[in-house]
Amino acid sequence: MAEPLLSVRDLVVEFPTRRGILRALDRVSFDIMPGEVLGMVGESGAGKSITGAAIIGLIEPPGRIASGEIRLKGQRIDNITPEAMRKIRGKRIGMVFQDPLTSLNPLYTVAQQLIETIRTHIDCSEAEARKRAVALLDRVGIPAAARRIDDYPHHFSGGMRQRVVIALALCAEPELVIADEPTTALDVSVQSQIIEVLKDICAERGAAVMLITHDMGVIAETADRVAVLYAGRMAEVGPVREVITEAMHPYTAGLMSSIPTLTQESDRLVQIPGAMPRLNAIPTGCAFNPRCAKAFGPCTVERPELIAQEGGRQVACWLYDEAKRREVPHV
Amino acid sequence: MSDPLVKIDGLTRRFDVSKPWLNRVIEREDKQFLTANADVSFEIGRGETFALVGESGSGKSTIAKMVVGLLAPSAGTITFDGQRIDAGAGIPRSLRRRFQMIFQDPFASLNPRWRVGEIISEPIRTFGLMNATDARKEAGRLLEVVGLSANDVNKFPHEFSGGQRQRIAIARALSSKPEFIVCDEPTSALDVSVQAQILNLMRDLQDEFGLTYLLISHDLSVVRHMSSRIGVLYLGRLVEVAQGKKLFTEPQHPYTRMLLDAVPDLALSGRRRRPVEGEIPNPISPPSGCAFHPRCPLAFDRCKQEIPQPRQTPIGQAACHALDHAVA
Repeated sequence: MAEPLLSVRDLVVEFPTRRGILRALDRVSFDIMPGEVLGMVGESGAGKSITGAAIIGLIEPPGRIASGEIRLKGQRIDNITPEAMRKIRGKRIGMVFQDPLTSLNPLYTVAQQLIETIRTHIDCSEAEARKRAVALLDRVGIPAAARRIDDYPHHFSGGMRQRVVIALALCAEPELVIADEPTTALDVSVQSQIIEVLKDICAERGAAVMLITHDMGVIAETADRVAVLYAGRMAEVGPVREVITEAMHPYTAGLMSSIPTLTQESDRLVQIPGAMPRLNAIPTGCAFNPRCAKAFGPCTVERPELIAQEGGRQVACWLYDEAKRREVPHV
Repeated sequence: MSDPLVKIDGLTRRFDVSKPWLNRVIEREDKQFLTANADVSFEIGRGETFALVGESGSGKSTIAKMVVGLLAPSAGTITFDGQRIDAGAGIPRSLRRRFQMIFQDPFASLNPRWRVGEIISEPIRTFGLMNATDARKEAGRLLEVVGLSANDVNKFPHEFSGGQRQRIAIARALSSKPEFIVCDEPTSALDVSVQAQILNLMRDLQDEFGLTYLLISHDLSVVRHMSSRIGVLYLGRLVEVAQGKKLFTEPQHPYTRMLLDAVPDLALSGRRRRPVEGEIPNPISPPSGCAFHPRCPLAFDRCKQEIPQPRQTPIGQAACHALDHAVA
């Protein structure tokens, strides 16, 4: 197998609070291959955004990476100086946030922001940077880019602003783009346009994408592989089609069937009882065991690790551990 | 429909969005109005779920507010079981008791300083339906109906998760024994696994109490799952009304088709979505004629001049000139 572009191993992110340390991420591991779109899904509080923030070194203190490794093309990036990280952020890893209005500076024109970013990372003249910026805006689908580039962010609609943000994330030709809920603030008709642009432009430039979202529909249509997070732990990783149609982890299976679709016939939705535990009350053993219909002996005692399965899939569930299943034969 | 529970006729609402008087005089500008809803008419039958879908700014929530009398319409009428709802003239209590509302954000719709029991029994006290002791017992019973524990009456809203709070909001809506509940985006603040719980609960309660729902949502798959009939709004106008599932198999209006095309689906059909051109125009100065014409693949001259009127289609009604000309 080729070398992964990004490799995350046993990542632990902790937030010390007055009532003790909260573990937002608990030994999360995954890889992103060059040019691949990895979808990161989970419910609110599962740790999706924290994973993205940890990779680009934007965890707000007092939160910190307590242990684990993040490697970009083999080079550690979780323990480097803020100075070195700044060179990577924007240049090698681009970022698209949820709300396009807060990720653009309202006091500068789009041209100023794009040119500044391009010249920070690429050695070129102002005129050259401007030419690049116009070409980029044109590519992300902004009509009359040469004229609109001198507008301020408030002149653009939500969808257009998100296009500008995508242009901004891609202007230094990064190898990886982290898109954190890029379409959540947008309407469906605009959402599909933005996903299309993001996907095409990254494919064209060979950039890998880590797409963080709670919308399984977006993942289904965009991602190559998907990683499912639950309570700060990885539940399942695998190719998107397999994970959606034949989920292995009971949580993933419940999540998929609880989503109403445009084609289903049944009258009732499948529901998972209960809600995701709070970070200060994660049950022992598998974090999902109190809500799981298939829980047995070891689930309440010991935490399952990600086990490799056929077809490049991984699942953290004791049901797939033959030895454990033999110990408790009645299951 | 022979005997609808709710009848809405020619409902229109304009908001004054003008600058202050002095600015208008200095800048020589006229008053500006935003038309949130224009000429919306539909009926809701007893025991059915009527859904309104549309993108942000299409006027869904404005209709919901007018239906429950929180906002007075600029023109048009709302009739509930034969009686007019007129927010301007005041609604008689005997009528007001019979419809309730569930709001989108369960963090904002419950008073954080009241105990859950007080929140749920407030409608009972307001309408004078029971004495205080019975009202307390009723609050406990309603909590069990929505899947919480009767002992939760003494807790405060912050002790509950989002999904549980929405259950409390539903219990409150049920406490005055209404026939009709307006649900404004009841699950859009919730995670999918919790959304499934709330949607199932809403359906169970509908069967149990014979409720009629007006469901407002931007999520087409939720709407498909819940509704018997669906109205599609675009820029304040109803462009299509159709029977629930048929809307998804035989959409008539080009906007409906576009909306359905745009929804990402789990089905993994492999179809490449046709991204829609353009965005919703500014409602202060909507396009002339059919408001959808600048984005419509079927638009022709007449669409730019004349506002289309609803006409019968095999599955309901739609307002589109192209249907007349059988271009579609």
